Amino acid sequence: MSAPDALPLLVAGPLLLAALLTAAGRWLPRAVVDAVAVAGAATVLGVSCWLCLRAADGAVVSWQGGWSPHDGVTIGVGLVADPAAAGLVALVAALATAALVFSIRYFEEVEGLFHALVLLFVAGMVGFALAGDLFTMFVFFELMSVAAFALTGYKIEELSSLHGALTFAVVNSIGAYTTLLGIGLVYARTGALNLAQAGQELSGRPADALVVAAFALVCTGWLVKAAVVPFHFWMADAHAVAPSPVCVLFSGAMVELGLYGVLRVGVVVFDAPLGEPPLKALLLVTGGAACVVGAVMCTRQEHLKRMLAFSTVAHTGFVACALAGVDTDAVGGAALYVVAHAAVKGALFLTAGALRSRFDTVSEPDLFGVGRSERTLAVVWLVAAVGLAAVPPAGLWFGKDYIDEAHVHAGTWEVVVLGVLVSALTGGAALRVWIRVFLGRGTPTASQSGSEPAASDAEEETTEQLTRTPWVMKGSALALVVVGWGAGAVPVVRRAFLAAGEQLLHGDEYRAAVLHGSTSPLPNVPLPPSLTALGLASGLTAAAGMVVVALLGARGTGLPRLVAPLARLHSGRLGDDVAWLFLGIALLGGMVALTAS
Amino acid sequence: MTLAWVVAAWLFVVGGYGVATSRDLVHAVVCLQVCQSSTYVLLLSIGFRAHATAPVFGDVPPGTAVVDPVVQALVFTDVVVAATVTALLLAVALQVRKSAGTRNPDELSELQG
Repeated sequence: MSAPDALPLLVAGPLLLAALLTAAGRWLPRAVVDAVAVAGAATVLGVSCWLCLRAADGAVVSWQGGWSPHDGVTIGVGLVADPAAAGLVALVAALATAALVFSIRYFEEVEGLFHALVLLFVAGMVGFALAGDLFTMFVFFELMSVAAFALTGYKIEELSSLHGALTFAVVNSIGAYTTLLGIGLVYARTGALNLAQAGQELSGRPADALVVAAFALVCTGWLVKAAVVPFHFWMADAHAVAPSPVCVLFSGAMVELGLYGVLRVGVVVFDAPLGEPPLKALLLVTGGAACVVGAVMCTRQEHLKRMLAFSTVAHTGFVACALAGVDTDAVGGAALYVVAHAAVKGALFLTAGALRSRFDTVSEPDLFGVGRSERTLAVVWLVAAVGLAAVPPAGLWFGKDYIDEAHVHAGTWEVVVLGVLVSALTGGAALRVWIRVFLGRGTPTASQSGSEPAASDAEEETTEQLTRTPWVMKGSALALVVVGWGAGAVPVVRRAFLAAGEQLLHGDEYRAAVLHGSTSPLPNVPLPPSLTALGLASGLTAAAGMVVVALLGARGTGLPRLVAPLARLHSGRLGDDVAWLFLGIALLGGMVALTAS
Repeated sequence: MTLAWVVAAWLFVVGGYGVATSRDLVHAVVCLQVCQSSTYVLLLSIGFRAHATAPVFGDVPPGTAVVDPVVQALVFTDVVVAATVTALLLAVALQVRKSAGTRNPDELSELQG
């Protein structure tokens, strides 16, 4: 099998398996359903790793139905795997494999429908990462969205699940429509849907109002998925009610794919007419706000999964700020950060899920001290929490180090400060949970049944309480933690991330590879020195901040009074979330119009 | 052309307003549909050509002007997506009615803060 032939199979394979499991799942023994789903995800992982190696010699392009370009003009549907896209596919598949292995013991009765939805979700994300044209991106965006909505509302007898799924579906759908309106405008101007072709058509002319509007509209939908402020309101609600293994995919890959979409379109389609300023402004403003809001809200949460969801808002916001650097080290560092964050956050979600299936709750007050008997889970949570705070030498720290260096070089110091804030507060919140749940120290707070009854009954997924934590649960969480810490340890791997980041920024090379079949191998990027003074200083500051935040939090003193108005904004009302979305669309439009020359 | 774009923008905003202020989940889902129909109007208007016929080549002589078939294919796909999302949301609305006894989204208050 040649590399281009593998691309459509990476999408079609999970789709076919999902159809098979939907049709035959109820007659198959549970073990077969689990085995088929895990084998499917693992196969996608294996093929995508091989594809990563192949893509290092030049982007792999596959034209469906043989509609390849003629003289640099294409009307076909292309799938493109450059190192960044292939790497994202591998990330999605790895997280899905871990989530499905964890689910072997997590659900009692599933009949294959859960597995089928996860595989559909995987197919959507893989298709989005590989799509070479705007409309295919939209279609796979919708496929992953619909699968995600269904997974969020998986436990349909719980009202909170339905509420979370509803908010998620309505907000994300409106976001998708804005993107489609923007795609329509691009087609109206260029007559092309292919990213490379549209970029080439736009490059000859200066930007006008239509191009500005198109960029703002296309990016809006993808930023809604990326859950940057003010589009993040659906995020905590969806995470709070979705099954824990699904949250691994939400937090680790789906949200980040939104940022990938923004960067890809910004670089390949709109780089020539608009230049970098609008892209930088969009990412820096919305991402910076997400850093602050996510980190502050994270420390307030006593529902474990809501806490982790706001933590993801903060970390994704930081990745957006990092990408705003539009520089090799910043984007390569962000890629490493995304992978390490996905693994560490996945381990935390799986540990929360294991606690839920053991003690029937994910509410911190209810779990106070019960984790003392769970040694493995305690170690996993602690190591993951410290890794989340980007303490050297965690994978997140290596990524953050490159990001910091790049931004200091570019004069955007605020990104470094935001990074320390995000690390300290989100790591501190996770460490506080560890102190209370696994050590049983600190001040126990009363169960806030008034404000958050969802914490204890949100997901009655398992029919009976487990008497001890099964090894498949511990093992999958442990594996993710090891990946999260080890992601940056090998210099060759770090260099590959930086090279992939470098290539992601070259719109001209992407266009040449797609339209003219030219291959440009991975650039030989010099590896910046590790263990710099700046990196160590920011890492240790974050570590100290984390400990302070955790100790204060465990004693019950936080910053509740100060941020109460911020918390009230998160009303959970569908109407409010939609109103924020429209405000955000107006803000983004204004911002792009102002920054486009 | 311009009129169609104004209509599309109006549909998008009015649909969004309907969702934001809705007191009934079924009403909200229909408003979401109104919002989405802005994409149909915009896409179809982009492919429109005056005095051109439908892009069905079986029964027109070669060389006849037709409207752009690409946007029609896009709208077609878009309609399928809309059907999926609407079906899912209506099922959720039904289930909310069953378990909470209300269709008013403002009465759902489990998730906040």
